[in-house]
Amino acid sequence: MIVTTLIAGLVLGGTYALVAMGLTLQYGISRIMNLAYGETIIAASFLAYVLSSSLGINPLVSLLVAAPLGFAFSYMIYAIMLRPLVARSKTAMSLEIDSILATFGLLFVIQGVMLVFFGGNYISYSYMNFGVDILGASVAANRLLALVLALAIGGGLYLLLTRTLWGTALRAVAVAPSSAPLVGIDANRAVRLAFALGGALAACGGVVISMYQTFTATSGVVFTMKALIVVIMGGVGNLLGALSAGLILGLVETFVATYVSPGLTLAAVYLIFLGILLWRPSGLFGKARR
Amino acid sequence: MKRFAIAGGFVVAVAVLALAPLCLGAYGLGLLIGLAGYVTLATAWALFSGPTGYISLATVAFVGIGAYCVAALSEVLPYPLVLLIAAAIGLAVALIVGLSTLRLSGVYFVIFTFGLAELIRQLVTFYEINVTGTLGRYIFLGITPEQIYWQLLALGVITLLLTWWIGRSRIGLALKVIGDDEVVASHVGIDIARTKLALFAVSAVIMTLVGAIQAPRWTYVEPAIVFNPTVSFLVLIMALLGGAARLWGPLLGAVPLFMLFEWLSANFPNHYSILLGLLFILIVFALPKGVLSFVEDNWMKRRGPRAADRSEARS
Amino acid sequence: MTTWHKRARSALGLSAILLFSVGGVSAIAQERTSVKIGYAVSKTGPNAGGAGITTIPNYVLWAKEVKDAGGLELPDGKRLPVEIIEYDDRSSAEEVVRATERLATQDKVDFIFAPWGTGFNLAVAPLFDRFGYPQLAVSAVTDKAPEFVKRWKKSFWLLGGGHDYTEALAGVLKQAKAAGTINGKIAMISVADGFGIDLVTAARPSFKKAGLEVTYDVTYPAGTTDFTPMINEAAKGGADTFVAFSYPPETFAITQQAQVAKFNPKVMYLGVGTGFPIYGKNNGANAEGIMSLGGIDPKNEANTAYRKRHEEVTGKAPDLWGSVITYASLQMLQEAIKRKGLDREAVSKELSTGTFKAVLGETKLENNQLRTLWFGGQWQNGQFVAIAPVDRPGAAKPILPKPVWQAK
Repeated sequence: MIVTTLIAGLVLGGTYALVAMGLTLQYGISRIMNLAYGETIIAASFLAYVLSSSLGINPLVSLLVAAPLGFAFSYMIYAIMLRPLVARSKTAMSLEIDSILATFGLLFVIQGVMLVFFGGNYISYSYMNFGVDILGASVAANRLLALVLALAIGGGLYLLLTRTLWGTALRAVAVAPSSAPLVGIDANRAVRLAFALGGALAACGGVVISMYQTFTATSGVVFTMKALIVVIMGGVGNLLGALSAGLILGLVETFVATYVSPGLTLAAVYLIFLGILLWRPSGLFGKARR
Repeated sequence: MKRFAIAGGFVVAVAVLALAPLCLGAYGLGLLIGLAGYVTLATAWALFSGPTGYISLATVAFVGIGAYCVAALSEVLPYPLVLLIAAAIGLAVALIVGLSTLRLSGVYFVIFTFGLAELIRQLVTFYEINVTGTLGRYIFLGITPEQIYWQLLALGVITLLLTWWIGRSRIGLALKVIGDDEVVASHVGIDIARTKLALFAVSAVIMTLVGAIQAPRWTYVEPAIVFNPTVSFLVLIMALLGGAARLWGPLLGAVPLFMLFEWLSANFPNHYSILLGLLFILIVFALPKGVLSFVEDNWMKRRGPRAADRSEARS
Repeated sequence: MTTWHKRARSALGLSAILLFSVGGVSAIAQERTSVKIGYAVSKTGPNAGGAGITTIPNYVLWAKEVKDAGGLELPDGKRLPVEIIEYDDRSSAEEVVRATERLATQDKVDFIFAPWGTGFNLAVAPLFDRFGYPQLAVSAVTDKAPEFVKRWKKSFWLLGGGHDYTEALAGVLKQAKAAGTINGKIAMISVADGFGIDLVTAARPSFKKAGLEVTYDVTYPAGTTDFTPMINEAAKGGADTFVAFSYPPETFAITQQAQVAKFNPKVMYLGVGTGFPIYGKNNGANAEGIMSLGGIDPKNEANTAYRKRHEEVTGKAPDLWGSVITYASLQMLQEAIKRKGLDREAVSKELSTGTFKAVLGETKLENNQLRTLWFGGQWQNGQFVAIAPVDRPGAAKPILPKPVWQAK
């Protein structure tokens, strides 16, 4: 019984982790608080839905289309809209306020475009909705995919960031954006790539989630907020932090639903989140002070 | 003399606003209620966040607490007493939350407050379902929109006066130092903890009262309606756009934004989101320092260097 | 201090401008050339999904039909073109209140259509009452309708109360238990929202009265995406009837996750969203036997014709619960205007007392409420047919037990 709950919790947490990893890259390395993050997710969900329902394209194939599109879109957004803000900002605070306001606007634009095209209807289709038996627990294959993808992306990027020169450069930019150029790092390029990579991850998340979760043109905000909670809980910019925070929240939700009351799942999630922050004010894996 | 003129101007403005419902229709009054509500919320938000730099998304938690107090108590207790109880509960919650400002900062505080508002919403929902057995509550109070508006206006005026007074007092100075550098502040001998806590509490009590006063307008109250996180975001955006560190900033952010929302949703119901989003992006690119500094800069150009000097000397 | 002074003065100027801009000058009365009808409804925000299927398409369909017919007919046989004014309440109670005030006092519309949602209909009810507009509230399920009618004389409640639906369900279950099809034990979950709670509080006494036992009874917060723990717990208690008073995203999720968990109760009753055409389309054979609120009588020709027009005009099929009622409410209003003109007082009285030929057949309100409704339906052979109240003519026989999930 405990095993079943444990597995269900990990699988649910996989979705949360998957959604959060792109944001932790965008915020941690590029220093952009991207409020339109969830809209990127939903846009990818719509892409997968349209390709699957009108052209019959397998959502797994859509994944290969969505990831580069998410990358290109975020790359452009950064280059056109956010780079000027970064360039003109004198302090971290003024960049924070500018990027919040600008991406808040972007959120509405993307949402509005999706509303014009798809209306406010619930969108739902299902793909890979069959049970996979793991240690006696039946797990939905599509949700398992989210977990596997989260682990693979989290692990892969972690290795990329810690073992390669390119990754070291990115981390250097994250830690000390102003001194990175001194050691010959093109900070601007690194930051733009990290932001685009975050967009690609968001798009992957969107495609996978669309396979099992109902969404509407306006549900991006829900994902942004969930992702923010996970990112903050794990420590900004820390992939392993996002991964473990996502899994912890999934476990908390499932255990509370099973052993306490389903009515308190979200309350417990927020309670754990608040408790962890009070215990470690910079998140689980965060450095003492940014 | 100048002081007298300012006070006079303020009194006249308030008087005009107070008499406005007499010559406006229900819709005009509805607009004024919305405006008064958001101006008060944004000013109260900036009261704490402006000088300290802590960005809070807990606004709607307090608004919701206020509304729920009215919904839960208005049938058993007289209205003024309900307002007092609402304020007291808001104060108690604010003191607990305020303690978190001692540990958290930056974006961690922002998301903490968001999580907190959601937690309160979840707990209220759970309590209502499992203890009282209902979810929605009805508010059948004989309070007219005019009365709601006058209460909000009075609260808004008090909030502005309070902000003005705090800005001139020793606390205001203390807060500015905290905003600049907490370490310096503590070395200068300012009790940071108490100052921050006090300000957060005052700001939260005002927000609670805004929720309590507006609640009778909705007739039906349920957590999804009164704990709508959009309110927190709107208030934050209004105050930030207007310039949170100045007395009139939140007002100058809230009024045009509110009117803009209204105008857009009335005229472009199907393209509201896109236009609003584009406008936001444009505003950020056009007015890097906020609406107020933009207004002031233009004032100074027209009034010549003398006014500019003075304004600089003051700020 | 000088700038402070100036700021005070500019604030004063601002407020003066504001007053002028909102005050407005009312138009001088003149010969009527059109009828103005307005509505504020959630086009964006969390409520847009519901409003976008049950409410807005029907308002659009009706407006188009009236336009095609040459206008809205008045008692003297003259037809006036209808001018529609629509606002988006952005799923905010404050916005819906202000937009309704705007419609009534600024746009001075002749009639106002109701918004979507129980809470929003209640939020605007005092305004409709104060400004003297009849309110045909469709997407509002409330057991308090009789009280509301007393409080707001021109309010009409057309979708019944939670009690009606749970009594109908209890009736079906009681029969099935008597026939030995089910064991009479029920596992029940509900969304922690006005709708879910209204239904679950009505369901408890209904089931008790019918001699049914509830073995699992929990609520979950709106926005829950994973139902695995609840499905596992529900399966454990020995209940072979599963009831979920859920909203569309959850209804879809429960359906999928029950298949993954190979959870096969003999009766499966789900909430809002089951009656969406997309539900049948997405789940195919696995939709068979699922029960929910609402339902249609496939032999009702007027309804079939309505569904066809709806799909032609709006590009999508209507849902199988509230849509047709929304449309019927507009037909009734249209007919009442034809009989009584644009006098809102007289039209309200006519709605209250008159008998109308609408898509539902002969329709007459009782105490300002529609009582001849389908309270329970079931997916049978690709159609969501009405099965309850069991004694109403046209009701199909429930097919129980629900077929076992098929692998796709």
